[in-house]
Amino acid sequence: MFRNQYDTDVTTWSPAGRLFQVEYAMEAVKQGSAAIGLRSKTHVVLACVNKANSELSSHQKKIFKVDDHIGVAIAGLTADGRVLSRYMRSECINYNYTYESPLPVGRLVVQLADKAQVCTQRSWKRPYGVGLLVAGLDESGAHLYYNCPSGNYFEYQAFAIGSRSQAAKTYLERKFNNFTASSREDLIKDALIATRESLQGEKLRSSVCTIAVVGVGEPFHILDQETVQQLIDTFEIVREEETAPAEPEAAAEQDAATDQASGADQGGAGNQGGADQGGSPMDI
Amino acid sequence: MDSIAESQRTLYPYVTGSSVVAIKYKDGILMASDMGGSYGSTLRYKSVERVKPIGKHSLIGASGEISDFQEIQRYLDELILTDNMWDDGNSLGPKEVHNYLTRVMYNRRNKFNPLWNSLVLGGVKNGQKYLGTVNMIGINYEDDHIATGLGNHLARPILRDEWHENLSFEEGVKLLEKCMRVLLYRDRSAVNKIQIAKMTEEGATMFPPFSLKTYWEFSAFKNPTVGAEGSW
Repeated sequence: MFRNQYDTDVTTWSPAGRLFQVEYAMEAVKQGSAAIGLRSKTHVVLACVNKANSELSSHQKKIFKVDDHIGVAIAGLTADGRVLSRYMRSECINYNYTYESPLPVGRLVVQLADKAQVCTQRSWKRPYGVGLLVAGLDESGAHLYYNCPSGNYFEYQAFAIGSRSQAAKTYLERKFNNFTASSREDLIKDALIATRESLQGEKLRSSVCTIAVVGVGEPFHILDQETVQQLIDTFEIVREEETAPAEPEAAAEQDAATDQASGADQGGAGNQGGADQGGSPMDI
Repeated sequence: MDSIAESQRTLYPYVTGSSVVAIKYKDGILMASDMGGSYGSTLRYKSVERVKPIGKHSLIGASGEISDFQEIQRYLDELILTDNMWDDGNSLGPKEVHNYLTRVMYNRRNKFNPLWNSLVLGGVKNGQKYLGTVNMIGINYEDDHIATGLGNHLARPILRDEWHENLSFEEGVKLLEKCMRVLLYRDRSAVNKIQIAKMTEEGATMFPPFSLKTYWEFSAFKNPTVGAEGSW
């Protein structure tokens, strides 16, 4: 996309019928680090790649709990994302106060989209520079929506946004047919694999990704680093060994001894490696 | 209190409805009231519908000021309309409507401009039965059987004794008729024209009005003062 004379204001159409400022806002989403979402009939999983500015700083928070039954992952201008999350939380809590009932995700998403649309039609505003993956539960089941800066929203079985999201999307496109019937664990596993695709070569560790889950009977929550690392270890090892479905604990125990190399990099696995070795002959 | 001109606050009710009685039964909710609108001590209006269906899942019954009930019906119409306009498969159930009304009633009470009603809100959604009440000062609660006004004193003791889970429709109607009969005998603002409504998962049914059979030949009423203190 190149600069042109129709891209200064959001309220200026181009002769081809485009609003360049809105399209530029969508570009901002592509610059943010990846966020991935997938859903089954009963659960929705959100995953994101955490980029920190430097080793000294902390990661940007990209996943927000909006209510017990709704959560959101963002990509793009995180400040805009924070503001929109606050709006979503406010809407949910107000609805709950009046009706003592959770706000249906579909309605929240429409309100969010209408809010974004306003910014595409006021000369004194700019579009929000953030894409939101909204995960939630309501009476009709589990839902995953994507809200654009343009004010459009779409429902997805699985989706990825942000930089290098195409790799994740390709993986998801191959697997999405099975998601509806997936178990919670398989869904998380697929989310982690998709996240790894977005990392493109970089090692998948719990310090570079965040996972959150919401499901029937399970309020929205972000999984803690240890749990995530254990999950990574479980399927990473399976993949490297190229064995058929391994039971998590048995496989981990068996392979911790033989796979010292990969075990060393993963902070969380150190625990595993030490604890059950005892008199292991592999301790060199 | 001073944001509204003094002359426009509700100070006392004018046309009032008497008790509403409602119970949960096997398939849903049964609600009964009479069709009277009293103007003070005059039994002036005899065809006032005080039980109405709301949306797909709820019934509302009202006692107290009839004009305020009509206003509430307008609020609820708007609420249901907006709910339908989302067109997304979600719908407000009885619990949500009850809570909404509680907020409205309590807020009006806080402004010293109440809606002078006691409301009964019942319904069924996704197999779950719900029955609750809210009144002009914002007191709200849920129970298996609800009554307003004098019904609390005359009908609820009967219901406490005779209500049980899984009443059949016929048993439920008989129980409500028993309550309404006691109210007819003992509440001076009751009229003998009863309306019963039913709410189940399938929807609402408003039954046509009917009268209760009454018996006035009790011997104790023939010479009521015989044996009374100071009588002759």
